[in-house]
Amino acid sequence: MQYLTEFRNKDIILALSEEVKRISTKEITLMEVCGGHTMAIHRFGIHSLLPPTIRLISGPGCPVCVSSQHFLDAAIAYSKIPGVVITTYGDLIRVPGSVSSLEKENAAGRDIRIIYSPLEALEIAGKNPEKQVIFPGIGFETTAPATAATIVEAKKAKLQNFFVLSAHKVMPPVMKALVNEGVKIDGFIAPGHVSAITGTAIYNDLADVFKLGVVVTGFEPVDLMQAILMLVRQFESGLPKVEIQYQRVVQSEGNKIAQGFLSQVFELKDDRWRGLGIIPKSGLKIRNEFSFFDAEKNFNVTVPEPADPKGCICGSILRGLKTPNDCSLFAKVCTPSFPVGACMVSGEGNCAAFYKYRL
Amino acid sequence: MNPVEDKILLSHGNGGRMMHNLIENLFLKYFANPILNEQTDAAILPANTADIAFTTDSFVIDPLFFPGGNIGKLAVCGTVNDLAVSGADPLYLSVSFIIEEGFSMKELELIVSSLADEARNARVTIVTGDTKVVNKGKCDKLFINTAGIGSVRKENRFVSKARDIKPGDIILINGAIGDHGMAVMSARESFNFKSPVISDCASLNHLIREILDQTVSVKFMRDPTRGGVATVLNELTGKTGFGIEIDESALPISRGVAAMCEILGFDPLHIANEGKVIIVAGHEEADKILTVMKKNILGGKSAIIGRVTGDHPGKVALKTETGGRRIIDTLTGDPLPRIC
Repeated sequence: MQYLTEFRNKDIILALSEEVKRISTKEITLMEVCGGHTMAIHRFGIHSLLPPTIRLISGPGCPVCVSSQHFLDAAIAYSKIPGVVITTYGDLIRVPGSVSSLEKENAAGRDIRIIYSPLEALEIAGKNPEKQVIFPGIGFETTAPATAATIVEAKKAKLQNFFVLSAHKVMPPVMKALVNEGVKIDGFIAPGHVSAITGTAIYNDLADVFKLGVVVTGFEPVDLMQAILMLVRQFESGLPKVEIQYQRVVQSEGNKIAQGFLSQVFELKDDRWRGLGIIPKSGLKIRNEFSFFDAEKNFNVTVPEPADPKGCICGSILRGLKTPNDCSLFAKVCTPSFPVGACMVSGEGNCAAFYKYRL
Repeated sequence: MNPVEDKILLSHGNGGRMMHNLIENLFLKYFANPILNEQTDAAILPANTADIAFTTDSFVIDPLFFPGGNIGKLAVCGTVNDLAVSGADPLYLSVSFIIEEGFSMKELELIVSSLADEARNARVTIVTGDTKVVNKGKCDKLFINTAGIGSVRKENRFVSKARDIKPGDIILINGAIGDHGMAVMSARESFNFKSPVISDCASLNHLIREILDQTVSVKFMRDPTRGGVATVLNELTGKTGFGIEIDESALPISRGVAAMCEILGFDPLHIANEGKVIIVAGHEEADKILTVMKKNILGGKSAIIGRVTGDHPGKVALKTETGGRRIIDTLTGDPLPRIC
């Protein structure tokens, strides 16, 4: 087993596709919540393997897309403080804020460095005691534990010059918010890497209360096709439940150590989602015990609340109500080279996936 | 060389004795040949009646050394390959160095010696050059520019012009894609995991000469450097108006590159190569070209990866291993690593 080819086996995928076509009788709308899934679905051409009864819609699980423009404007404002180094995942570099981007600020001489792990930011802070190193933390339960563990490390190392600007978010509240808003969803293809951390109990409400199927899934075409088959089976039999397709990674109780870091460092807060507004208890803020590392509490930066770009329908796209083709800006004004909304600029965004892969 | 001079000083670029020493003791030591030895301001080259191909390229790669090569070797391969894919036989190179004050003399010698090795390998002569040293911080260690001249045989004048391309033509490549880009990335200091990937950096002129000598139906050649295979194919559909279909299962990709791309969220089709050529040829000669390519040391893993089609005009489609189909788009900006 080397994990590069087995889950892309054409024969298995086609067999799954045949089985889905055979058993699917009722129209069903499935939401893939995660941006990684959206990309994989387009990249592997999954749509072309499904019967017309199945509709896939993309959800709000691209961390860059749902991070508010306000957050990005703040990160840019921090980068302008003399002596500040912004250390960031590559994902954020090109995302347009109201008037600039981190990429443009880098060209203008600010110190902005791409890192692969927040622990690298610690290393940079350790080596440059005269600098203030800020890490804009984005992502869901998948990346938040790494940020939390880094903050714990920073405390151990008694670092005075490392700070986190947290835009971390959690997954379940936004899924429930969409259902409550009345978006038509019959089942969720749930992100495997979130449940690798959290386990699956976070979705029990969706099955028990909202009567929706949830299948936790990996990112390869066999994973996705099998998850779709499992959801269609549940739907056809009228027995929605939470199931794990991604058993090689996910256990129902999740990763207790990572959960420990999360609860030690972060607490829930009401948070702003791009295009979706404020969702109660959907974001992660740094607890008071660690406020020494909270950028917001250690720098005096305020940025005005920006308006959403005119004509951009990212909000409706993130709700699964519209597709990029419904947008008058898509592929005309808004392209990966000149993105208007976040769904285009992020490699995981629904518009970027449409633009990149749809024939 | 004077042993105390273990670092490049500003005076190595001032046109005086120090610069003279650098040229005599380092550059001529490695590059010496009758034309260059004249040390005239411009090289005088014996002319022939063939058409001339002329190109230039600058190399600003970071890091300077990477698995499978360094900036010196790359500076030869890049320019030689630009000439070769244009149907030319590369003959002469110029080499210009822009060196940051304080740069290690030892590293410079390593780079210069492998530049000379690669020039010998490609059978091109370095006939002129220039050296500038700039203040610390004004350039990043070392930049190299090379320009190259090649002669073009009459029968090869149109091999790269994408003339007469039509649906049914075959697309070939001489081996696995993405090795250079991933080797360079894994050599970066900030990169915390080791990979077995080695740059494919190589001069392709001999391979291309063999193909052109034995076949007549090559209609287009291009080396897929920055922007990768995807960018070349998209340029081609733009130029011809036809579509292209690539077969994912036929694309040679090493396990190391595939794994790195998975981890970082890259598409191997967007990653740079420095020893690869994409060839479009009439389908009747496809197997013959493939046989010629496979016999060359730089073509052991050559493959037919796709074809020109009348479907989806102007677009490059990938027939995925899983039986689906998707578009292959041109890369926008540099590929950036993603978190999930």
